[in-house]
Amino acid sequence: MNSAHLAAAIAVNRFGLGARPGELAAVGAEPRAWLLRQLDGKPPLLSARELRSSAETLTRAIELRRERGADRKRRRRSADQQSSGERAARAAAVRLPSIYRPVYLHEATARFAHAVGTRRPFLERLTHFWSNHFAVSIDKLAVLGLAGAMEREAIRPHVTGRFTDLLMAVEKHPAMLLYLDNHVSAGPSSPAATLAARRGAQRKVGINENLAREILELHTLGVNGGYTQKDVTSLALAISGWSVGGSPGGRLAGGPSGEFHFRAAFHEPGAKHLLGRSFGDDGLSQGESILRELAVRPATATHLATRLARHFIADDPPSAVIARMRDAWLESDGHLPAVYRVLIEAPEAWVEPHAKFKTPADYIHSAYRALDLPVGDGRRALAPFELLGQRTFMPGSPAGWPDTSADWDGSSALLKRIAWADAVAQRVGDRRNARTLATDVLGVTLYDASASAIARAESGAQALTLLLSAPEFMRR
Amino acid sequence: MSSLTRRRFLESSLLAGAGTLVTARLAFASVRTERRFAFVLLRGGLDGLAAVPPVGDPQYAALRGQLALAVPGGAGAALPLDGFFGLHPALSFLHECHRARELTVLHASATPYRERSHFDAQDVLESGMTRPHAATSGWLNRALVALPRGGNASEAGVALGANVPLVMRGPAEVASWSPTHLASLDEETLARLTDLYARDPLLSRRLADALASEANAVEARRVAVEAAAENPSGVSAGLPERAAAGRRNAGARYADTARAAAGFLRQSDGPRVAVFDTNGWDTHANEGAAQGQLAQRLRALDDGLRIFKQALGPAWRHTAVLLATEFGRTAATNGTRGTDHGTGAAAFLLGGAVAGGRVIADWPGLARGALHEGRDLKPTLDLRAVLKSVLRDHLGVSPRALDDTVFPGSGSVRSLDGLLRG
Repeated sequence: MNSAHLAAAIAVNRFGLGARPGELAAVGAEPRAWLLRQLDGKPPLLSARELRSSAETLTRAIELRRERGADRKRRRRSADQQSSGERAARAAAVRLPSIYRPVYLHEATARFAHAVGTRRPFLERLTHFWSNHFAVSIDKLAVLGLAGAMEREAIRPHVTGRFTDLLMAVEKHPAMLLYLDNHVSAGPSSPAATLAARRGAQRKVGINENLAREILELHTLGVNGGYTQKDVTSLALAISGWSVGGSPGGRLAGGPSGEFHFRAAFHEPGAKHLLGRSFGDDGLSQGESILRELAVRPATATHLATRLARHFIADDPPSAVIARMRDAWLESDGHLPAVYRVLIEAPEAWVEPHAKFKTPADYIHSAYRALDLPVGDGRRALAPFELLGQRTFMPGSPAGWPDTSADWDGSSALLKRIAWADAVAQRVGDRRNARTLATDVLGVTLYDASASAIARAESGAQALTLLLSAPEFMRR
Repeated sequence: MSSLTRRRFLESSLLAGAGTLVTARLAFASVRTERRFAFVLLRGGLDGLAAVPPVGDPQYAALRGQLALAVPGGAGAALPLDGFFGLHPALSFLHECHRARELTVLHASATPYRERSHFDAQDVLESGMTRPHAATSGWLNRALVALPRGGNASEAGVALGANVPLVMRGPAEVASWSPTHLASLDEETLARLTDLYARDPLLSRRLADALASEANAVEARRVAVEAAAENPSGVSAGLPERAAAGRRNAGARYADTARAAAGFLRQSDGPRVAVFDTNGWDTHANEGAAQGQLAQRLRALDDGLRIFKQALGPAWRHTAVLLATEFGRTAATNGTRGTDHGTGAAAFLLGGAVAGGRVIADWPGLARGALHEGRDLKPTLDLRAVLKSVLRDHLGVSPRALDDTVFPGSGSVRSLDGLLRG
């Protein structure tokens, strides 16, 4: 197999999102350069008129709550301010999906359309990688309205920048703060907690460790990164007060509507000790300093290098590459393009064409790209993701979607893919030439057996089903 | 090929009409045992102190504050179990099982894992090892390999869900199944695909399993629909209202999965072991007490288990179901009216084959000095003791195999006796 041709196929199908017609030929003899070029220039803006900022969406939700709260007060249902507020929240919650769901549909379809059409698919795959690394999930209502905006606002601008900036943007984004309940987390000696205790308030005001734990365990050091429960608690106390602004009343009043807001009243005063260092207390900067420290720790570099290598090279990535990527991270203080360059230039990454089993999203993106299918609108446009088991922005946990073959290659999952491919092929198979398409998108990585099976198909549709079901198309 | 002989692999929607029978070539071997086992994973860390509140413990009410359930007696209070422990009011089917002596709760139980990462804890729960990432296979798969002769391990287990969870991965081939809502694939195309996969070991195995399962799925559905018809007042009567009132999506999913699992297990020559997972137990905020988020999820789970029993029909008599979670939650509530990751948890063993009607717990108490690291319910029972008992007494796995291959390194963990009926 000509190694230049092999490299082109690997660049397009494993590093990219799957070949569009003609893409393999366009990549030509310089696949590594093709990848590196995609890192230059500004990150793409998803352009759709209906895409709003997270602040806008949250503000609308806050407005809705305020309306409902005013309604309740007017009807004088309850003398107790607190329980009427809760009832207002419940009533508003019934209508919030009607605000959030259209937002989600617009965001998810815009993202899908971009993935299908983009000429910078490597950059797009990196974006999806980071989005999944800092996963939020729409099974929490607030995230339904914010996940897409978070990817556009906190992830996209930093994919080719510094990890520190990416980390900072994510951990301050309302979507993440709301997802992991940090917006209401208050230190035990914070002004708010002290006040509540003095008043004998019924509602407990206290610390929530959820975000802090996930920052250490998932986002930076990794579960074996050498932190302790005490460190989790210290970080939680340091980021107490990292909240979201704009609520109409109650504890969460004040601050810019729908945006990050540091609530000094919730912040636990005093120095914090973490990972053998002491961080003096200067309010918001305390948490920021800790994040900056975490971003350049060797454990973080190793953790992220491993995840990147697993995503782009193989389920069991070669440790030599991980080590070189880690070194590049540390030498450059987390400048991500330096790390990507090591990944791209690793000879180990260019050996095996079908190293990774495609996730459902990979599979759908690659099929749409190969067939140049239109994405459409609304819930129907997103049906393939639901059908094949990977609803956009719904990994179900902050750990995000898993990344190995065993996680996705179940027998019923395979049959569903094949059945879906067949349904697509029935629709468009007579307008595609699967024989030429097979060579166009798979190049030299197309097996002879597959090529002849496609050639001997009894119809255009069946030929396309066979192409989309071929082992070479199930993997990247 | 005539339409009479063409096999079509159909939509497996369990609510479709029963008229679509298929000449299914059932792939399973002959009967090995009447006994069935289902393992249900509760991912996220189910709050055992909420599901099975120790209402008789003097510290319980103070620790749990607004999340505490009232002593049995009033509306919305805990359901009575044994005077010390209660059961969450949303678990009405489980309470019926308790009264019928078909439920045993195993409280203050845990795997050997003592940190608080979901993912590592689930790994330990499923792998059956003593620390995370020590195996790429699960204890239940290794148990399938060790099942007594007379059966083919490769058809003994089925995982319900889009993918096979770690607990069922390993050397024994298991089937996986989840509902499809896709149009049919014709046999001709499938034959060509089988050829296409001939040189790909993974895909050819998966496709073969899928096709065998799909044929069985249709058969299973037929059986389940018949079962529902046998009990018209049981399954459908009470449930529609509850489904509407609660979280409809979770409830509907559990119902489908439970019916499918029962359909598989009920077949006389079908799989003997089924696994499925549930999510959403990680209640860090606004957990609720008798009502609220956790209550809704418990209700959906409870409804699913009721459907499971109904759909199993007479096979329930020989069935054991174990529900387990990766860890419990903090004894006290946190600052967001929820609970955080803990250690000691509650596990549930139910079924017609269970010698139930009790709570097994070496109760450490909830006084500050008795808590694990000052915050969690202290575990006093290694969950592997329970797993070993069930595998030994219900499925006939030898003690030797249990100590050597199914739970390596567990020699000092003694099985419990008498969990199952003679």
